[in-house]
Amino acid sequence: MNNQIVQKVINRNKPKINYFKNLLWAFLIGGLIGLSGEIFFKIFHNILKLSKENSLSLMSMSLVVISSILTGFGIYDKIGQVAGAGTILPITGFSNSMTSAALESKTEGLIQGIFANMLKLAGTVIISGSLAAFIVSFLIYLSEIL
Amino acid sequence: MIKIGKNSLMFENSYLKDTYTISGPLEFEGPVGEYIDYSLSDNRMNQKSWEKAEMYMLDTGIKKLIENCEDEIELAILGDLNNQIIASNYVMRNYKFPLLGIYSACSTFTESIIIGSTFIDSLEFDNIIVGASSHNSGSERQFRFPTEYGGQKKITSTYTVTGAGVGLLSNKKSKIKITKATLGIVYDAKIKDPSDLGTAMAPAAALTFLNHLNDFNVTPDEYDLILTGDLSSYGSKIFLEIIKEHGIIIKKNYNDCGLLIYDIHNQDVLAGGSGAAASALVTFGYIKSLLEKRILKKVLIIATGALFNPIMTLQKETIPCIAHAIVLEGVE
Repeated sequence: MNNQIVQKVINRNKPKINYFKNLLWAFLIGGLIGLSGEIFFKIFHNILKLSKENSLSLMSMSLVVISSILTGFGIYDKIGQVAGAGTILPITGFSNSMTSAALESKTEGLIQGIFANMLKLAGTVIISGSLAAFIVSFLIYLSEIL
Repeated sequence: MIKIGKNSLMFENSYLKDTYTISGPLEFEGPVGEYIDYSLSDNRMNQKSWEKAEMYMLDTGIKKLIENCEDEIELAILGDLNNQIIASNYVMRNYKFPLLGIYSACSTFTESIIIGSTFIDSLEFDNIIVGASSHNSGSERQFRFPTEYGGQKKITSTYTVTGAGVGLLSNKKSKIKITKATLGIVYDAKIKDPSDLGTAMAPAAALTFLNHLNDFNVTPDEYDLILTGDLSSYGSKIFLEIIKEHGIIIKKNYNDCGLLIYDIHNQDVLAGGSGAAASALVTFGYIKSLLEKRILKKVLIIATGALFNPIMTLQKETIPCIAHAIVLEGVE
């Protein structure tokens, strides 16, 4: 078998990904999640008259709880298949990555299973987020003393 | 048994006496589901983990297969996709005959038949159990992401088949004979993407197929059906194009187990089915039935395996692949 022919056939059969459709769905569903966050905020702040800080925290918590429940019922991954980055980037994606890892590791017990694996995917966000926060705050600090 | 050409074998006395297939509900509802012996009510089947559900399937399959002849079984040759092939290894603690545990990813199935037939033909064994199993959720967590993770899967991704297929090879004549085999050579098509295994495995299947035709000096028309293992819709197309570029044209007698086990247009399985059970369920269910009914007479099955693990993928390695082929013939 000729290796060059193999590579030629593979190259001409590279699957075409519909980026426009993916972007559109990500925008729509990601935007919808943002919108629902805004609605939660308005309910907590304007209707229930809670402070701005408390309303913001409660909004995030509501989204986290809802996406966690949707993950448990096996619905979130179906939405994610359509929405792509639209469901990964918001805080709901963070919640999904922790819940799905916890569900998966349940069979290995509470400590070695759930506790050890819950941040398997979300850990990258926490580490890179902390690192980015450190670098940015250090730069701000530098700009202030100079 | 005689060695033919560089990579092939010819068997004289290896027969497929009986089979038992067991699957999850999705496979049972698929296009060849009616040929599967038994379906789980759900993929967990009241077991404590996905791995245990896979063991339950394999154990049930073996029990049903050897219901009346347990004392006559001399050897089991089994494999699965779990680390340390735990499904096969753990299940076999329930039995009192030897086990040869094997791993060749999704081509484990045909490898077990080739080794089994060799033992029967050359070493005068009488009854050997062969087979393979896989579980969708068990494989997902080991090779990919948690099952409920909401990331977008690529359109080239395949869906691991939940099921176990076991067969009883014997030296006593029965309706289906294992006549030929071509051993696979590891081929690396320089693909790094574990969500496009169809493309990675297609060249390995083509290599085994071309070697098979060459070793036996036959054309594709020799077979009523040529089946690849789990190349999916993308890999199948690449397989056909590669062999076409080498001057071999398969007309209508081609299909892929991954495309037979699911209805990819109406079932939510992306590019098709994959996993060691894909070829096991299709061969020991559908193909066995058609051979017995004499609708098919001669079938070539080229099961394909991607020999990677997630650690090597993260180390930016390419994915080596393999394909082992067997020929099943219906006999009078």
